[in-house]
Amino acid sequence: MGWDYFGPMSGEFWMGTDYLGRDILSRILMGARFTVGIALAAVTLAVAIGVVLGMIAAVLGGWFDTLLSRLLDAFNGIPSLLFGLVVVAAVGSSIPVLILTLTAIYMPGSFRFARALAVNINTMDFVTVARARGEGTAYLITREIFPNILGPVLADLGLRFVFIVLVLSGLSFLGLGVQPPNADWGALVRENIEGLSLGAPAVVFPSIAIASLTISVNMFIDNLPTRIRDRSD
Amino acid sequence: MLRSKTTWLLIGKRLGIALITLVIVSFAVFFATELLPGDVAEILLGQAATPEAVAGLREAMGLDEPALMRFLGWLGGLLTGDLGTSYVNRMEIAELLSGRLANSLRLAGIVTIICVPVALSLGIVAAMWRGSLLDRAVSMLTISVISVPEFMVATLAVLIFAVWLGWLPALSYGVNVDSLGAMLRAYAMPVITLSFVVSAQMIRMTRAAVIETINTPYVEMALLKGASRKRMVLVHALPNALGPIANAVALSLSYLVGGVIIVETVFNYPGVAKLMVDAVSTRDLPLIQSCAMIFCVSYLSLTTLADMIAILSNPSCAIDDRFLQNLPFSSPAHSPEHGLCLQLDRPYRPCRHAVLGGDRRRRTMACPISAGRDRGLGLFRPDER
Amino acid sequence: MTDTPLVSVRDLKIGAVTDAGRKVEIIRGVSFDIAPGEILALIGESGSGKTTIALSLMGHARSGCSIDGGNIRVGTHDVTAMSETARAGLRGTEVSYVPQSAAAAFNPSKRIMDQVIEITAIHKLMPRAQAEAQARDLFRALALPDPDQIGRRYPHQVSGGQLQRLSAAMALIGDPKLVIFDEPTTALDVTTQIEVLRAFRSVMEKTGMAGVYVSHDLAVVAQIADRIVVLKNGEIQEVGTTGQILHAPRHHYTKELLAAFEPVPHVPAGGRDAPEDQAVLEVSGLCAGYGALVNGEPRAKVLQNVNFRLERGRNLGVIGESGSGKSTLARAIAGILPAYRGKVLLDGQKLEPALHARRKEDLRRAQIVFQLADTALNPAHSIGTIIGRPLNFYHGLRGAKREARVAELLDMVRLPAALRHRLPSELSGGQKQRVNLARALAAEPDLILCDEITSALDTVVAAAILDLLKELQGELGLSYMFISHDLSTVEAICDDVLVMYKGEVVEALPAARMSSEATHPYSRLLISSVPQLDPGWLTGLEQDPELVAAFAQR
Repeated sequence: MGWDYFGPMSGEFWMGTDYLGRDILSRILMGARFTVGIALAAVTLAVAIGVVLGMIAAVLGGWFDTLLSRLLDAFNGIPSLLFGLVVVAAVGSSIPVLILTLTAIYMPGSFRFARALAVNINTMDFVTVARARGEGTAYLITREIFPNILGPVLADLGLRFVFIVLVLSGLSFLGLGVQPPNADWGALVRENIEGLSLGAPAVVFPSIAIASLTISVNMFIDNLPTRIRDRSD
Repeated sequence: MLRSKTTWLLIGKRLGIALITLVIVSFAVFFATELLPGDVAEILLGQAATPEAVAGLREAMGLDEPALMRFLGWLGGLLTGDLGTSYVNRMEIAELLSGRLANSLRLAGIVTIICVPVALSLGIVAAMWRGSLLDRAVSMLTISVISVPEFMVATLAVLIFAVWLGWLPALSYGVNVDSLGAMLRAYAMPVITLSFVVSAQMIRMTRAAVIETINTPYVEMALLKGASRKRMVLVHALPNALGPIANAVALSLSYLVGGVIIVETVFNYPGVAKLMVDAVSTRDLPLIQSCAMIFCVSYLSLTTLADMIAILSNPSCAIDDRFLQNLPFSSPAHSPEHGLCLQLDRPYRPCRHAVLGGDRRRRTMACPISAGRDRGLGLFRPDER
Repeated sequence: MTDTPLVSVRDLKIGAVTDAGRKVEIIRGVSFDIAPGEILALIGESGSGKTTIALSLMGHARSGCSIDGGNIRVGTHDVTAMSETARAGLRGTEVSYVPQSAAAAFNPSKRIMDQVIEITAIHKLMPRAQAEAQARDLFRALALPDPDQIGRRYPHQVSGGQLQRLSAAMALIGDPKLVIFDEPTTALDVTTQIEVLRAFRSVMEKTGMAGVYVSHDLAVVAQIADRIVVLKNGEIQEVGTTGQILHAPRHHYTKELLAAFEPVPHVPAGGRDAPEDQAVLEVSGLCAGYGALVNGEPRAKVLQNVNFRLERGRNLGVIGESGSGKSTLARAIAGILPAYRGKVLLDGQKLEPALHARRKEDLRRAQIVFQLADTALNPAHSIGTIIGRPLNFYHGLRGAKREARVAELLDMVRLPAALRHRLPSELSGGQKQRVNLARALAAEPDLILCDEITSALDTVVAAAILDLLKELQGELGLSYMFISHDLSTVEAICDDVLVMYKGEVVEALPAARMSSEATHPYSRLLISSVPQLDPGWLTGLEQDPELVAAFAQR
């Protein structure tokens, strides 16, 4: 059969072939592991750390809150893609580095979000009652506050997941994300961008993969009932 | 209207925070680029260098000094305009940057001029006729644009305008821009792409800001006075939404910073972002530092500006959240005469009054606090961090 | 009544869509008439649909609601059949609206005058200069201070009572045939309410307009309405003239409403005449405030030098208007807001100012119950968990023992034990407040600090809660500190009363002698300002203008 780069869609290669003649469908399936896997790992870490710190800051208040808020706000002062660029430039790109970088980029936002929600809950009378009963910080955080911010936090996690997918794809598209021979969806677009002028499907399908993932998650969250998205009212 | 003392205090505080943030950010950039990668001298001289040569270079570059001293020296250099020399081509960085910066600013400027009027009118119209076909179409379109990476918008633009229609060149660099037509053609692709991305954000945030104001009791009161929908929105809602809208515009523009990195690379546009991406691939650390600082400063200025607009547009409501946290419900600050609002840094929402409503029973404390109260606010913050 | 009524409503049905998307009927076939110049009151508890009906007279239904059936006629217009544009032409000129909270209904960024005369601009009724002159006349008629200049101010620059009167001017400028007053004095303090009510009444008398007055307060309505419609769950229970409703009610629900107004003389519990030498609570020189500490004193001082003694088994009432510091007093005693000076003795033992420094045993013995049961119960916890937590925390009860005690406590507050599996959102307001109380009882306290616990409840429900408090006191030998803005509530349950004004106790008296023997001018003003069921009360009321000027927060 030989060497058929940027091949068209066929019975053998449902989505055509890439710039080296590899099956795009299987490349996309492999890429899903990286895109979804890295984004899930990073978003879980970011939200877990952010929410825990945010609740502690809201309940304790005082200098701890001020210091943490200011420091993490400062981190928010760096545009996300730029943050990724600088880190990759400094230490090179590998999957653990990508996960940690994405965590570092999105944790401060998660902190801010959870803290704002927790501050709101913290002023509610039922928390005051618990405090007047003599309950400790750990109880206040885990039993009184956490159940009431869970809904919005999960919605926020979904949105954050989308943004992580976008930044990861962006980095990979610039050649600074997942490195060959592995490829996430962003890297697949980069690899096959030359095929664009040839009208090859190789660049279209990875793009569709990214778009369908991010748009569907976004639409899903956008249409969640307000009472789940925002229990803090 | 006279601004109260607290307003100026908050403005001062916000500026102070911006300054502190800048210091922390510059330290982070310095730390990442100078300390993380290991020995710069070794990187420069390569694996084969003799230890003596490395030691010599280290001394010459002052790498033996403590990190803090080096940081301060670097910061001092930045402030005096001494950005250092590129590792790769030994050129003065300031020289490398000057033309590129002008290019990037020109791109950003054109995008701003196009985006702001388009996005504002679409956002306001969508809010005014909320739930209409137009509103839903705009919402669908904007959420789709926001949900996909910028490079896809760029790729799509290339596919449509360059490949299928053949109207515009795919790349902008290398095209001679001697006539107006040629210049338009050269800028068209990057501008189209960036405008899409930035206005999608701006439309959503403007729409959200206006809807927030439309849902206030005083707009309902206008309805009960017999005002038309046009009057309700233009006379009552919009003046109060101006602050939040300006805030939204500034925040959306900060999205340019991220978008421009991708767009300049895709279209090979000779701006700062392209320079930086190239510098990353050659590990030209001093150049990366300077580019990163340019981006950080512009991003920071825009977000600070957004917050200051938010504070200024809302003089009677700006109360420190820390102070409010300790107030009981019955304190004077919660009485019907005084508006109540928590001035959190972001996401900013216009102040709604705490109304000691009805039968003394529904004391609604409306706080500008959660990111997604209204449907469609999920993507409130452009960079959603 | 005259031959042709100004307004006639026939078989009005209004539906609403719930959060879950279910359609429910909130107004179920209501019919009534209003004659020209007549003031009709719509009275009912929360959820009775009184505001919904009033708004429907303007052809307006709040979002999620829709007018589904029936017929509304105002003057010659069939409101139900009109287009939205035609209805807009009606609003402000034929029917106008005085909102519940003027503070929220005024646009914060526009001057008052512009908003007051807006109706004339919208409907092109008269030139601006004439409209402004007319507005100033209305300001004068409504007894507003500085009528020539007040229009230049912004809404946040005038007081709540003034704003409420300004909103009436805003409604009257278009010379409508019908004015809707939607609970216009409910958010105001009693001393402020009087002035506003007077202004409304005199201006309505002068202009001869018809009115709809929506309220939950029979005593207020008695002063202004010609006829009363009693509503419950979107249905009319009884319609009659004010005199008939007050003196010869026919429907049992109306009787119930009136019964809640009957003064209930408080019989001291236990009948111990000799006061014990040990007070449950003794407070001396207590000072508290908010904000950062400067030289050991907070920036905003609220409580100033409060002293009192509460003996075991007795109840202390604290009354005052908003901003008097009465809730702050409860918070300082509970330790939620640490006092910066002064002493709190619980059963003779000194309590530390700050919560975290207090012993668990001390915390157990004084419990606090808040006004808003909605926010005082964690929406994510079941009732069983909420009541069970203090059992576990203070008494180490677990498992079946704890379950049994929870059921016992629910029984004590007259709630079925099955309720313990429910979430707070599934309970009514009264039930929530009972759960709130049961949680405090679970600690087995000596003292319960009740912060406006009946203020958010409908009158009938509130009366039941007061009865419950009395019964519990008899069973358990509790002492209450009862904070309220409502004099009659305090009289119904307390032995002694403190009157607070601007953070200070201005008078302390036994409750029984309160009305007759109070000597402090502010106490007198407060007592005389409480509306009575008698329709002639407001007309006959005379208050010393100097006193009013000195103390009323108008």
